[in-house]
Amino acid sequence: MQQYIMRRILLAIPTIIGVSILIFLVMRVLPGDPLQAMVADDEGGPTSFTEEQKEIILTSLGLNRPLYQQYLSWLLDIARGDLGFSFWRDTPIRETIQRRGPITAEIGIFAVIISWAVGLPVGVIGAIWRNSITDYLSRFSVTFFLAAPSFWLGLGFIVITVIFFTWRPPITLVQLWDDPWRNLQMTLPPAFAVGLGMAAIIARMSRATLLEVFREDYVRTARAKGVGEQMVVWRHVMRNAMLPVITVSGLQLANLLGGSVAVERAFSVPGLGAALAQAMNDRDWMVIQNLVLLFAVIFVVINLIIDLTYALIDPRIRFR
Amino acid sequence: MDANTTEVVRQRRELTWASAPLVIYGASRRFVSTSPIGAFAVAFLIVVGLVALLADFIAPYPPLEANYSMLRHSPTASHPMGNDFLGRDVLTRLMFGARTSLIVAFSAVAIGKSIGFSWGIVSGYMGGRFDLFTQRIVEVLLAFPGIILALMLLVALGSGVFTVIIAISIGGVAGSTRVIRSVVLSVKEMPYVDAARAIGATQLRVMLLHVAPQCIAPAMVVASASLGGAIFAEAALSFLGLGVPPPNPSWGNMLNSASNEFLNPLWWMVVFPGMAITFTILAFNLFGDALRDHLDPKLRGGLN
Repeated sequence: MQQYIMRRILLAIPTIIGVSILIFLVMRVLPGDPLQAMVADDEGGPTSFTEEQKEIILTSLGLNRPLYQQYLSWLLDIARGDLGFSFWRDTPIRETIQRRGPITAEIGIFAVIISWAVGLPVGVIGAIWRNSITDYLSRFSVTFFLAAPSFWLGLGFIVITVIFFTWRPPITLVQLWDDPWRNLQMTLPPAFAVGLGMAAIIARMSRATLLEVFREDYVRTARAKGVGEQMVVWRHVMRNAMLPVITVSGLQLANLLGGSVAVERAFSVPGLGAALAQAMNDRDWMVIQNLVLLFAVIFVVINLIIDLTYALIDPRIRFR
Repeated sequence: MDANTTEVVRQRRELTWASAPLVIYGASRRFVSTSPIGAFAVAFLIVVGLVALLADFIAPYPPLEANYSMLRHSPTASHPMGNDFLGRDVLTRLMFGARTSLIVAFSAVAIGKSIGFSWGIVSGYMGGRFDLFTQRIVEVLLAFPGIILALMLLVALGSGVFTVIIAISIGGVAGSTRVIRSVVLSVKEMPYVDAARAIGATQLRVMLLHVAPQCIAPAMVVASASLGGAIFAEAALSFLGLGVPPPNPSWGNMLNSASNEFLNPLWWMVVFPGMAITFTILAFNLFGDALRDHLDPKLRGGLN
């Protein structure tokens, strides 16, 4: 097992290096280099840069060095914990991450909790009372929430609360430890918007795997032995059906990182995703570069953790 | 080959072509009877497609025409879905938005999946160093969560319909490469592939004529399943203001202009484009599921 863990961790390192190279290349080599993007808006206008000014900026940002030097110094800076500055706001990117990261993490964690609390009962009930009216209703809503984009649910939520309650979730950053009540008002609605979609996936997955497990021989054996139905469901079926559901849930947690960008924009929640969206609209290239890398690293790490827990639960995987 | 055999082959070929409409008719009837929900989804998608195609003729107003007497006006009889912040008719823009969204989704899936398809076949069939190296690239591409890779590409390439298509299709390459590669890995062990190689067929011939046809069904399943995802991606990217740029309507950028008025949101600007996105994704999902059940008899009648 230890060997397996080591191998998986070592395999993740080249992936992360590859990711950093790809990010760097996309940001530097594709048409529209960072400086071009920054000055593009006032091309030829009274505020546009002269050639000398451009040269000075390029030098101060280190953009006129060879590409490999720029790449290596970027990685070295990150290794030293120096994530650079936002070009427009002059705030350290590290501070942005520390302030806004908790908000996004909160939304993610609440969303996962909501998805299990809603999705699992729906899936289990659907599987047990198969083809009942409850089952049809739940399958109908599952199909709907699988398709509805979370950011649209978010916009709909705001429309409803504004029109009917003249209230909307707060949009100024409040940390959980400063003012828990206001912070929850800010993070719970987006968590629901994301969580319902994830709940639909969990409901669908758990219903399907439960039905599959119900047909297994050992379930029939248990029933034949005279084990009570409750015991059959909890001891024999649930235990074996939950593995794939856990995997799907983990994958969803990771995809939520990408989804957070649009959802946070929909709620105007000041999280990391909103910071990334803002930076992309501003062409704030250092912020984009570092935040995308952060998102990708978190994604790789979450996937790694899922794989490892899976191997922990299911011994067959370790020996592949 | 003697003249008689050639004649038989020619007749057989003519027969297949003549019966093509019949075969298609039979296949679609079977599809309708085995999965009525899938057929309903297809019917809905055909309607959306027709609206997109005929938007110029059936839309009640020009899509870009501002009407300053109807700014942010709620739905009325003459504007059943209301007006946006420039007084443009929302129904009209929804119809033209269908065109943008469908064009983006179909071309992104077509481009992305063709690249993924060929990459998966070559990578799986060739194996060896090429496979080892390109699969690392696939892993890197898969390490970007959701739409982040597409977002970053759009920052670099600039927004526009064409760049949105490119960004979404690149985001979809890696996943399909993986699926097709795994299919190829099992197909290339089949005896008939060995047989083809034994009679001296070239690598290219084996790949194109013996391995690739086996991958068409899974590729179609992957493609149909990702159409809904492409609609979502376009909506999300345009919603974030990096996708299809205004004034041309797409479902995503209509939601973007709705969210700009976050202090006093206009419900009709949120509800109608969102419904269009949701139901189209829903229809693509149902169609994808039905197609999978239809093409993969192992799953037919299984879990549901």
